Amino acid sequence: MYDFAYHRPKSVADAIGLLKSKPEARAMSGGMTLIPTLKQRLARPSDVVDLGGVKELAGIKVEGNNVVVGGMTRHADVASSAEVKAAIPALAYLAGHIGDPQVRNRGTMGGSVANNDPAADYPGAVLALNATVSTNTRKIAADDFFKGLFETALGEGELITGISFPKAEKAAYVKFPNPASRYAMVGVFVAKTASGVRVAVTGAGATVFRVKAMEEALAKNFSSAAIKDIKIPADGLNSDIHGSAEYRAHLVGVMARRAVDAANK
Amino acid sequence: MTAATGIGARVLRTEDKRFLTGTGRYVDDLPLARATYAYFLRSPHAHAKIKSIDISAAAKMPGVVNIFTGKDLVDAKVGGLICGWTVKDKHGEPHKAPAHPVMAVDTVRYVGDTVAMIVANSHDEAKDAAEAIKVDYDVKPATIDLATALGKGAAEVHPEAPGNLIYDWEIGVKADVDAAFATAAHVTKLDLVNNRLIPNAMEPRAAAADYDKGTGNYTLWSTSQNPHVLRLILSAFVLGIPEHKLRVIAPDVGGGFGSKIFCYADETMVCWAASRVGRPIKWTAERSESFQTDCHGRDHVTHAELALDKDGKFLALKVETIANMGAYLSTFSTAVPTYLYATLLAGQYTTPLIYANVKAALTHTAPVDAYRGAGRPEATFVIESIVSKAAAEMKIDAAELRRKNFIPSTAFPYQTPVALQYDSGNYPPIIDEAMKIADYKGFEARRAEAKSRGKLRGIGFSSYIEACGLAPSQVVGSLGAGVGQWESAQIKFNPTGNVQVLTGAHSHGQGHETTFAQLIHDKLGVPMDQIEIIHGDTATTPFGMGSYGSRSLAVGGSAIMKAADKVIAKGKKIAAHLMEASVADVEFENGVFKVAGTDKNVPLGQVIFAAYVPHNYPHADTEPGMDENAFYDPANFVYPAGTQICELEIDPETGTTEIVAFTAIDDFGNIINPMIVEGQVHGGIVQGVGQALFEAAVYDNSTGQLISGSFMDYTMPRADNFPSFKLGYKVTPCPHNPLGVKGCGEAGAIASPAAVMNAVHNALAPVGVKHVEMPATPLNVWQSIQGAQRQAAE
Repeated sequence: MYDFAYHRPKSVADAIGLLKSKPEARAMSGGMTLIPTLKQRLARPSDVVDLGGVKELAGIKVEGNNVVVGGMTRHADVASSAEVKAAIPALAYLAGHIGDPQVRNRGTMGGSVANNDPAADYPGAVLALNATVSTNTRKIAADDFFKGLFETALGEGELITGISFPKAEKAAYVKFPNPASRYAMVGVFVAKTASGVRVAVTGAGATVFRVKAMEEALAKNFSSAAIKDIKIPADGLNSDIHGSAEYRAHLVGVMARRAVDAANK
Repeated sequence: MTAATGIGARVLRTEDKRFLTGTGRYVDDLPLARATYAYFLRSPHAHAKIKSIDISAAAKMPGVVNIFTGKDLVDAKVGGLICGWTVKDKHGEPHKAPAHPVMAVDTVRYVGDTVAMIVANSHDEAKDAAEAIKVDYDVKPATIDLATALGKGAAEVHPEAPGNLIYDWEIGVKADVDAAFATAAHVTKLDLVNNRLIPNAMEPRAAAADYDKGTGNYTLWSTSQNPHVLRLILSAFVLGIPEHKLRVIAPDVGGGFGSKIFCYADETMVCWAASRVGRPIKWTAERSESFQTDCHGRDHVTHAELALDKDGKFLALKVETIANMGAYLSTFSTAVPTYLYATLLAGQYTTPLIYANVKAALTHTAPVDAYRGAGRPEATFVIESIVSKAAAEMKIDAAELRRKNFIPSTAFPYQTPVALQYDSGNYPPIIDEAMKIADYKGFEARRAEAKSRGKLRGIGFSSYIEACGLAPSQVVGSLGAGVGQWESAQIKFNPTGNVQVLTGAHSHGQGHETTFAQLIHDKLGVPMDQIEIIHGDTATTPFGMGSYGSRSLAVGGSAIMKAADKVIAKGKKIAAHLMEASVADVEFENGVFKVAGTDKNVPLGQVIFAAYVPHNYPHADTEPGMDENAFYDPANFVYPAGTQICELEIDPETGTTEIVAFTAIDDFGNIINPMIVEGQVHGGIVQGVGQALFEAAVYDNSTGQLISGSFMDYTMPRADNFPSFKLGYKVTPCPHNPLGVKGCGEAGAIASPAAVMNAVHNALAPVGVKHVEMPATPLNVWQSIQGAQRQAAE
């Protein structure tokens, strides 16, 4: 990797201050994407601002009907959280199936959501559960957050401080892993919350997206039979040596049905 | 000897203590004072002319010590890398031998071809400087796809090989085979691709070199499977450093699978540059360099036809193969798709007539050479796939068709129509045992139960033969090998009775330090902890050929046994003198010399002491000391054989395949350490299943970029892809080596691709799928099912 200056601030304010004063600085949460990128010399930040020392960003708490997960909360902590398991077991399950134990003990929810890798798992949960992303300056609804390939609504000097997930009546996440990387090739998060039924798909497209036709069908009848004839168009879906767009479109249907069945269990 | 630690005992591996506690010493661990670090600038293009290389800016970068390009090697008159096996084509002409410069001079021929070597005070500084080197490339069209490499209009890789053809080789008499086909009641035809693989040893290739200005001696540490052979190649062909002035050390090496047999540009450059730089040089490949530049394996396109009579007896086999050589001929590349492939096409069967034609083609891809099994997995895949296909077509049970054609146990030694003479074997009991363990009879019930869960269940056989324990020198010499294939051993006792056993074989995961010690313990009665196995250093070990082709025990172990015989013979003379008896009356058993029929005895330790402190000694006809050497050149290859049965389930909705049971019954001859053998079989099966279900080296056919260039895209098999394996053994001892052993290192990888793919085809037959290529990935299987459904609808 290229040389850079390393900072480990203790507060959000200090972190923002550093990021704003150094135009070529990069924030690092768990570093599970940034470090490999640096090692491959694919990024050349002047400064790396490690958020690992910002205690206020980590932790899980229940606020009314919502579970609020701090931006620096590690996947392993979400997976093992009694609060998350009680309120949204599907979210704990998802966190417990990201990457491998090393990644789960380093990677964070805020880092994953801010990076918005098309094959990441968390964006599916954020969108399907109609979560709200809090930053140091504002609150952003899930529908407004994910903008495109590795692109979000976050602005310069804006950090995810936490994500608030409404409790779900029913929810499940089923993914088809890429055989090599085991990232989600297609992951479908199905949730029935106070605001209705949502179906969010990760891995298949440039960014996470909702399948409105399935949501409408499931709102009427929350069973896999209700969506069995819904075909997903392959246009615009990802295609690579592991999965053509057509295959991914087909898998969206299969994973969605399996997720609904799992949510009904 | 004691059952706990001698031959046949499950002795825990001596070497594991250091490997499991992180105290192994690999090339990269070497502490070398004043070391510099090398980084290689590699071609980003599959095919380009180098118009110019400008190193001026890079040379001024911080920490840069020296930069070398191909032109420096030309100026220094450095030779090219060599291919060590001359294959004669069907007209008796030697294969085309294009030049293989250590670093590219005016043309780059694959993505990863070496362009410049940067030596700096640190790895990062060397890498920074590499980015500052300006290479002006004139990019040319590239030949990537093997299927079209020999066709008209394909871009030429080397002017020395017109049409990209290295050789057009054949074995067998085509007219006789054609005549047999004319009489056949049934002909089964098969087109298949044997997918290209990337070895991925856990430890990447690495090299370090030091030049002693005072003596003119070079020391090269290298991740080599055969340090003596590497030294010979570097000395005699490439660098011209006299053999006695070059010491090659291969310390702990973390896996090779064939990829560390060969002499590469990297260690050659590190060694050559050490004297020019005047400081030690270290280099360790990054993982992405391993993907791009380690020699790849397999990569065949094959058409095969099997002729059968009305009862299913094989009449003849015809095979046409195009084998990919990559952009340059690597060290043993030419032998792999010929003498290690076509000579195996009889398999376990009495097929009386076989004809094979192999065309070796150049492409603008990484060189292809031996990879675990080397030619024999490709042969087994052809035979076992076409036999199962014939069984399905003729509606004969797959096991029954095999049994009908097995070479009978009474026919050994058995001369095949493709040169090899099988020394021993007994195949029917192996398949019987495998079917019993796999509960073949209960399969249809299990298939029906799986169907009720929406799964397609299949079962597949693979009855393999292989020729390993390379090899009788006279035979390989007559076939074009540039070296002999014997092995060496030295047993060097110390005065206090402990022993150092030096071997020319090399362990890079195989557990020689344990298995070879068991041999000495069993034969000479020396306790295990008094035996040290030493390998991998040309300065200390006798010249040896190294480890590959499952040869270490059959050839290297036999050399150790020969040397041990010499120890006993000399020991008898000393013991006879000490016991005041006649040599003819002295017997040796369990570490003790005895006079037959008396209670007179003297333990080995006392004899050793007498040999080093020869105060009371038979000086007239016996030299002091106990240090015996042996060289062993085998009389034949060894022929392990076995049957594997794979049972799997396919989820037709996603195309995902899950292996639910895997049985392997092998005949490895006598077994020294069953635990180590099981480890070899487990690893081999996993590698073969990797080929069948997961692994594929994928190049972009237009640009020649390696798409599967990291673990993000190259699917390695993982532990959770496998059930627990069911293993068993049947033993027919090898009749021509002193241990009666065969080889076990490659068998698992040789047999398993066919077992898996036969099971895949068996599972998918009910939904109309005729053929699936390897790897049977979820996408591939799903597309095959979709294709069959479309065809059925039409």
